[in-house]
Amino acid sequence: MGYSVKRRESEEAWAALMRAAVNGDAGAYRQFLASLAPVLRATARRNCARVGLDGGEAEDVVQETLLAIHLKRHTWDLDRPIGPWITAIARHKLIDRLRHRGRWKELPIDDMDNILVAEGTDNTQERVDVDRMLDKLDGRQRDLVRSVSIEGRSVQETAKRLNMSEGAVRVALHRAIKGLNALYRRGSQ
Amino acid sequence: MITDDLITALVADLGISSVRLQRTFALALAMGSVLAVAAFFLWIGFRPDIAQALETVRFLFKFVVTLSLAATATGFLVRLARPGVSLGLWRWAWLVAPLLLAFAVVTELAVMPAATWWPRLVGSNARACLTLIPFLSIGPLACTFLALRHGAPTRPGLAGAVAGLVASGIAATLYASHCTDDSPLFVATWYPLAIGIVVLAGYVAGSRYLRW
Repeated sequence: MGYSVKRRESEEAWAALMRAAVNGDAGAYRQFLASLAPVLRATARRNCARVGLDGGEAEDVVQETLLAIHLKRHTWDLDRPIGPWITAIARHKLIDRLRHRGRWKELPIDDMDNILVAEGTDNTQERVDVDRMLDKLDGRQRDLVRSVSIEGRSVQETAKRLNMSEGAVRVALHRAIKGLNALYRRGSQ
Repeated sequence: MITDDLITALVADLGISSVRLQRTFALALAMGSVLAVAAFFLWIGFRPDIAQALETVRFLFKFVVTLSLAATATGFLVRLARPGVSLGLWRWAWLVAPLLLAFAVVTELAVMPAATWWPRLVGSNARACLTLIPFLSIGPLACTFLALRHGAPTRPGLAGAVAGLVASGIAATLYASHCTDDSPLFVATWYPLAIGIVVLAGYVAGSRYLRW
């Protein structure tokens, strides 16, 4: 009972952050994704461990789920609770990966209903080889993604550095993220 | 690059939010209907005696069935495109169309002598029905697939099949105004076959192209 209250609270907080994000509030969006990631991680680890997949695999599921949440964020109806939406996406991504690993049938998924209540788990991130994915992007896209992520530059700074217009950087970045998503999907097959 | 870096990249890509799903579906249905209507008037057209036909119950009832199929399947489809939305009664709502049709069939059998049943069932447009409904479905099916790809159906095969129901509901509505066979016996025999072809195509294509 303790955590159902907690769950409802965190869901309401996420919904508020996501509503702000839809209106362009980047800070709220960062907070939303950052507070969601550990919860997704705990669930992914638990489920992957159960079928004998390692933590790196679980981290892949977390990243794929975050990418999907990002690329499909317009499918959340702002008037509906956000919890079921997140759960359905996370579950879809997990099942997809397990199916391609041939582990799908081994997983009792009752736990997936509790996907959003995971808490107090170890939150160190496995350093998975995302660079392996990045390397498959073409040179320009890789530079862009590196620049706005690892190197922590803003879109404006990146535009200046790569001698592109800001609009072009935004378009190219969006393509690169879609490309990354496609690479993950292929990687899990 | 670790997950936190990925989050940084996603935040940088926030930009202006993309088109909401509701609007995408409204646009797709409008575009699909326009394509089907254009194809209909270009290559098919109304039956010559449509003015008289409009005064008969059997003719008008065809539209009750096809329109209720298109409407109920659309309600089902938009829910399938959103993750985590419960389907509820929408899962079964499309059955209204076959139930209405079954009711009409029983009525037809009650009022018409048995000797007329077979000729009415066979009609004279069976082949047209089986080809024109799938043909007219192509445009609406393509448009609803584009909308579904913008969405996030967690059951791609089912979403594709229901898109097939929506598309063939639109197509059958148009076709019904061309076809001179109005007996529920004809409609209940050939329309479901034609619609079944489209639904099957939607299922196969959905399992392939609607994954995300």
